[in-house]
This record gives sequence, structure tokens and C-alpha cells, in this order.
Amino acid sequence: MTGPATSQAWSSHEGAAALAAPTSTEKRRVFDWRILLGFFLPVAIALLWEAAVTFGFAEGRLVPPPSRIIAMLWGLAQTGELWTHAWMTLWRVLVGFIIGALSGIVLGALSGSSQTLRQLLDPTLQALRAIPSIAWVPLFILWLGIFEASKVALIAVGVFFPVYLGIAGAILSVDRKLVEVGHVFRLSRIQLARRILLPAVLPEAVIALRSGLGLGFMFVVAAEFMGASEGLGYLLVDGQQMGKPDQILAAIIAFAILGKLADSLLLVATKPLVRWQDTVRERL
Amino acid sequence: MLSFEHLSKTYADGTRALSDINLTVHEGEIVALIGGSGCGKTTLLRLIAGLDRESAGRIRLDGEVLSGPHPAVGIVFQEPRLLPWLSVFDNIAFGLDGLSTAEKKARVTHALEKIGLVEHADRWPRDLSGGQQQRVSIARAFVTNPKVLLLDEPFSALDAFTRASLHEHLLGLWEETRPTVVLVTHDVQEAVTLADRAVVMQPKPGRIFDELPLTLARPRDRTGLPFETSVRRVLTALDHSLKAPQQQPQRERDRQAAALWW
Repeated sequence: MTGPATSQAWSSHEGAAALAAPTSTEKRRVFDWRILLGFFLPVAIALLWEAAVTFGFAEGRLVPPPSRIIAMLWGLAQTGELWTHAWMTLWRVLVGFIIGALSGIVLGALSGSSQTLRQLLDPTLQALRAIPSIAWVPLFILWLGIFEASKVALIAVGVFFPVYLGIAGAILSVDRKLVEVGHVFRLSRIQLARRILLPAVLPEAVIALRSGLGLGFMFVVAAEFMGASEGLGYLLVDGQQMGKPDQILAAIIAFAILGKLADSLLLVATKPLVRWQDTVRERL
Repeated sequence: MLSFEHLSKTYADGTRALSDINLTVHEGEIVALIGGSGCGKTTLLRLIAGLDRESAGRIRLDGEVLSGPHPAVGIVFQEPRLLPWLSVFDNIAFGLDGLSTAEKKARVTHALEKIGLVEHADRWPRDLSGGQQQRVSIARAFVTNPKVLLLDEPFSALDAFTRASLHEHLLGLWEETRPTVVLVTHDVQEAVTLADRAVVMQPKPGRIFDELPLTLARPRDRTGLPFETSVRRVLTALDHSLKAPQQQPQRERDRQAAALWW
């Protein structure tokens, strides 16, 4: 048979072609300067505003120039106030996120994997989802008091729905063709869940968790508006009542940094789980 | 020995995909199911694999009636269907869960050598070309040493060169354990290259039209006259199978006309 000789030639040919393709490490070595383009607009606007206030074209009382905001941030950091408030906010988001995400994952998995459970659970949850989450605030305050429990509950509710929907949707959209591979190898229900469904839903689960985290940060502000003596949300309310727009903007910037950091942390932590994905995400 | 007895499949919407299939495939034989689209080739394969249930009749493997996926039956699908989160090695080892690590490694490494992808063992499926992925998929089916191997147009998405090389790989793996192979294809050349027997099927409802033995000696010379003759024979049968259903309505009309006359 002439088979082995030809096949060897083929495989080495294809192997060489695959090796010649640039690996991802090589691609990463070239720094893309266009990334800096994104900084141009905000920096330019900040500099313009700073110049306008410095040269007396604008008063800058309601819209403080960047230097005043930085000074305010610096001052808050010096007195340690910034860290207390940021830590409080972060702690609330974290606890609320864990509770909301865990219940979202459990209920989403149940509703995604069993038709009966979906018909039992989903209508109720969808109805609850239609209620604007802030509408729960009075009830949570009555039930759980004005302190931490009611705030964490509100955040957990906010985190729960995107996670629940994402997980249930991800399970329902797993490729039937891959599930059939599991059937052919006679996997039990549990094996099928562990070896095919779980890895297949991970990418979408990560996206669901990220949008859940984003909503968590949204709801922590609402929660802190409803009466808190600590937290970045408190800094916002305080800044409004005391007429300190620079404090409000400083708190907003702190929120932006915290939110971005938390999201990046989640992304880095989950990256090993979805490394196999063949998508453009690596370039985003 | 794999045998079908009065096998029928009607889908929930009333489509009769298969009607009264009777066929025996001998041990170690390679049978090519060939026919136009919609003649139930893939349905037949899915019934053997246990992915669908027959509406009537039975499938027996060495006397045992098949119901659901069977450990001695392996399948290679039209698409590679590799699990994208497993490396090439782990994909091939997917069906070897009960075995020891050493045994697993030995079998997978051997299969990788056979398909010429040893150096790609640790890569993701996404890094492989379509032909390489299909080779991995074939290896995944072979490592469990199935008695029956089902191939559902596994080479239809590949170019002619890759297809020819995959035929070699397939026959190389087949030589080792000589499983019974049922190959679904719409490529007559492919059927004549690989099979011991071509079963020509006919659509609406899917049934067997003709069986042609292909007794050419292996390895088969694709350029020789005997090969050409076999291809022509299968093509002729295929042609008849596709024309036959169009003749039927004509006869039906004649009968109706006759009824009116009387």
C-alpha cells in the first residue's frame, strides 16, 4: 500500500503550514499605538476646560476643572476617607454579587436543564424581572431594616436577573451536535452536564456574570442613596447637599475606576476557563 | 454481523424517511450507502448509532437487538464535532473514560501516529485545518475499537486532495482491527475507493434500490479501467434510482385514466 508514504507527506506539509502561522505570543509583542487614540478625546476636553477656567473664560463652580477634582480626590485619599468609602461600597457589591450570582447560577441551571422546572420557575421569575428593582426598596427597608441587609438584598436582586437569564439561555443554546457526541459515548446525565454542558456554557456564563457585576455597581449607588453614612454613594449625596460638585465628580471617578477594576479582575480570573474559544475576544 | 429487519422510520410530521429496509452487513465488510438527497441514508445511520429510534423493525448486531447507543458502535459525523475546550489528545481520549491513564495514553498516541498528528496533540481543535479536524474525529471513533463504525459523509466538506489523503488514513486505521463499516456518501468515486459493496438507495420513502458488489483488489488503483467500470456501474444504478420515482406518477395517472375510461 502506498498509503503511509503519501499520508506522511501530507501531514508534514500541513504541519509546516500550521507552524508557519504566527503564534499569539508573537502577535502580542507588537504594541498597537492606536489604543492611545481612545485617550485623545477625554484628555483634550479636560485640558481645554482647564485652560478655559484658568484664563477666566468660565467660572468652573458647577463644573470644576480637572485640577480641582484631582485635588479633591487627593485630599480624600490623604484623610483616608476615600478608602473607607470605597471599601464599604466594594464590600456591599461583593456580598450582593455573591448572593445574587450564586442564586442566579443555581436557578438558571435548573431552569435551563429541565423542561418541567423551567415551566415551573420561569414565568414567576420573568414576572418578578418585570418589576423595576428599585421598587423593592421600601419593602426591603421594612423587612430588613435600613442598614446593610436591605442594601445587599437590593444589589443581589439586581445581579440575580442577568445571571439567571444568561445561564438558562446558555444551557438552552448548547449545540445539539456536541450533545449528540455525548450520547454516542453513552454519557449519563451527570457526566453529560460535567463534560459537555458545563464547559460549553462557560463563555456565556462569564458574560452573564460580567453584566451582573455591572448591575451590582448600578444598584449599590441606588442602595447608598437610600440612606448610608459610608460608601461612595454617600459621597455623592453629601456632595449634592453641601454643594460640592468636585466631590461628586471625584466619587464618580472612583466608581468608574472601581467598576473597571472589578470587571477586569473577573475577566482575568475567568480567562483560563474560556481560553479555548475561537473568537475575536482576544483582540478586544 | 449487522442486520436490519423490516426497518422503518416515520418522523413526527409524517415524513417516511425509511421504509422496510432489509440488509445484512458482514463482519469486517465496508458497505457504502449511496443515493440522492432525502433518501434516508443519514437517518439509517442515526438509527444504528442509537441517536433516533426506529418506528418499526429492528437492528441486530451479532444477534443482539440494538436499542440506544451501543459501546461497540462508533460514528464519525459529517462535521468533525470536536469539543473545542479539549486538546486534540483529550478529544481523541473522550470515549476512553474507563481506562487507566497509561492505556489511554498508549491508545491515543498510537491513533495520533496513524493519522499523522502527533505534534499537534496539545493543540486546540481551532488551530487545526478542516481535514486535520476530521482526522481527529476519525481517530476518536477508532480508539474505542468499535465493532461497527458509521461514517456519515465525513469527507463531503473537504477538497479532493484532502479527501484522497483521508481515504488513505481511514483504510490505514481500518486495516488494524477491520471493523464493519457503514459509509454514507453521495460521492460515487469515494464509494468505489472504499467499499466492498455499494447499496443504492431511493427517496420518498427511503428504501434500497439495488446492491452492487465491488470486488476490486486493494489497494485500489483509482486510474485503472476496472475502477472506471465500477464507477460507471454505480452511476448507472444511481441514475435509475433517481428516475424511477418520476415514472411512478406517470403510471399512477395511466391507471386513473384507465379508471375514468371504464
